[in-house]
Amino acid sequence: MIRLWIGLFIAFAIYTCMVYYYCDKSQKTEISPSSNALVGWNIWQNKNCQSCHQIYGLGGYMGPDLTNLASDTTKNDLYISSFIKYGTAKMPNFNLSDSEIAKIVSFLKWVDKSGKNRVSKEKVTWTGNYKLDN
Amino acid sequence: MKSNIRIYIISALILLLTTLIFGLLATWAFLFPEVYNKFLPFYQLRPFHVSAALFWIITGATASILFYKKETFANGKNSSALLETGFMVIWLTTIAAIFICYGLKMFGGREYWEFPPILCLPLLISWILLMFSFYVPLFKSTGKKPMYIWMWATGILFFLITFVEQNLWQISWFRASYLKEITVQWKSNGAMVGAWNQMIYGTSLYLMVKISGDENIAKGKTAFFFYMLGLTNLMFNWGHHIYNVPTAAWIRDTSYIISMTEWVFLIRMIQSFKKTLEQRAKLRHLLTYRFIIAAEFWVFMNLLLTLSISVPAINLYTHGTHITVAHAMGATIGINTMILLASFTYILKIDDLKGRVSRFLSFSYWLSQFSLSCFWIALIVAGLIKGYRTVESCKLNFQEIMEPVLRVMKVFSYAGVFLVISIASIVIVYLYNAIKLKEFQTQIEI
Ligand code: HEC
Ligand code: HEM
Repeated sequence: MIRLWIGLFIAFAIYTCMVYYYCDKSQKTEISPSSNALVGWNIWQNKNCQSCHQIYGLGGYMGPDLTNLASDTTKNDLYISSFIKYGTAKMPNFNLSDSEIAKIVSFLKWVDKSGKNRVSKEKVTWTGNYKLDN
Repeated sequence: MKSNIRIYIISALILLLTTLIFGLLATWAFLFPEVYNKFLPFYQLRPFHVSAALFWIITGATASILFYKKETFANGKNSSALLETGFMVIWLTTIAAIFICYGLKMFGGREYWEFPPILCLPLLISWILLMFSFYVPLFKSTGKKPMYIWMWATGILFFLITFVEQNLWQISWFRASYLKEITVQWKSNGAMVGAWNQMIYGTSLYLMVKISGDENIAKGKTAFFFYMLGLTNLMFNWGHHIYNVPTAAWIRDTSYIISMTEWVFLIRMIQSFKKTLEQRAKLRHLLTYRFIIAAEFWVFMNLLLTLSISVPAINLYTHGTHITVAHAMGATIGINTMILLASFTYILKIDDLKGRVSRFLSFSYWLSQFSLSCFWIALIVAGLIKGYRTVESCKLNFQEIMEPVLRVMKVFSYAGVFLVISIASIVIVYLYNAIKLKEFQTQIEI
């Protein structure tokens, strides 16, 4: 029993290292965030934006998913910034400064480059699994 | 009864009440943000609710383990009382500090653990104390251990591992790529659920041994096989949270394959259905048993749901919708909370209560099962509508997609009111008993 347990644990440890080192190798460009994006990421966390918004479908469900907002051609930077600056009836106004908002926007742009949130139906293979490429 | 465990159990029950109240408030804030944004916005209520829920589960599970520890390998002795008290004091004080931070709108913004990360430090210290108080007497004791002790030991160890992993984002290497960060975050979140499930399923197994008097259910090859299967799922099955994230394909493949082994649990439940019915005829007068049976029912229902959404082709529709919430709350209420209530029923000798109180508990029990069913189905319907409209009607904007979803969420909120009333009634009786009870039992009469 103990030996089987230890075997499984070692497999888990190896798998964990593989995940840490190789999980993002499929991404080709702009993997690292700029310093602005990093600050924007912290503001995103400190204001708890993810309690209402999702990135890659993960987060709260009150607001829309924002993964690919930055590449939405119908919505430019000004649109995004004014949304964050003034809020709406449903989204609160966080009284953020213009520079803080700009940093959140650069965070969202960086996230957008990491991939697409929605998987199109064509990507589903006969096994029921996806075939994703960036 | 020892006063430290008494206070700890009372705190766990208060956390459950907090979860319920904030769940209801969060639902109203979700439906009527124009009103709630002015004084208690959703982004404050959701962390209150979700953190209270997680802390209820972990506090309830550790309370049960610390209590049963004395009945099992610690031989009635309590050589590690100081460590235990240290754990409880630091753990509960930190939870209080976390709620104060939420009140002051101070967040750390991680999913489910939304408090400033510095507070993870006292939580970690307290957990290490718990580990010493559990493992030292365990390793000193001799003899072959039944499966529930393995499960408790595994749950406690993996909680530590996943908790540390959850905090790796504070090292900049993990933050140098969004895909890596999100993968590690959901690897740890997913496996942590497996860790507390080990603690809770262990508790359920222990209770079944106690009330049926049959030691064999926690021994032998079958029990070990299912334990190992659970552990394998804990380690490798977390990838279903991030199927849509363009990480390495083998993460998706591993998770998909391992998830499908859960069919074995489902088939096993169907096979043992007849035995369950026979057992039920003998034990159903015990509320402890009825809570365990409720949990079994919810395991079955949640397995059906989990198996479906673990197929990527279906996950495409369900990911990022309230189906995920149905999965999360279906399991944390239907399975975890029911088993913990069974455990507290046993510890607080609720089965000894007769007459009006017993009838009241029976009624609340059935009301909770009925309202939970409506609650769960409403979430699934809400999720299906959002999933379908998002995938099939790309032209709709967010407000248009959500319009019918919000209507279903109103039904959810009505079911929620009854769920809160029923579980809160049970909790209040238990709280009263926890305060009143002179001696904590070690054996139950059947
Ligand atoms: C209380 C919930 C809530 C919180 C917290 C919240 N939002 Fe929102 N947000 C919404 C809702 C709801 C919408 C949809 C617009 C509407 O209905 O008014 C939205 C819309 C947006 C949009 C426009 C999206 C689009 O596609 O049109 C952006 C950008 C945005 N939010 C950014 C943020 C950022 C950044 C934060 C954190 C500082 C944040 N939100 C916090 C609820 C929230
Ligand atoms: C024992 C009781 C409960 C437990 C353990 C529990 C647990 C949870 C958990 C784990 C989540 C996170 C789900 C996710 O993000 O996927 C959650 C979310 C939520 N719960 Fe509960 N819950 C309980 C009771 C309730 C009740 C009674 C209500 C309402 C009446 C409620 C309303 C909500 C809402 C609105 C959310 C947020 C969903 C979103 O992000 O949009 N919960 N709960």
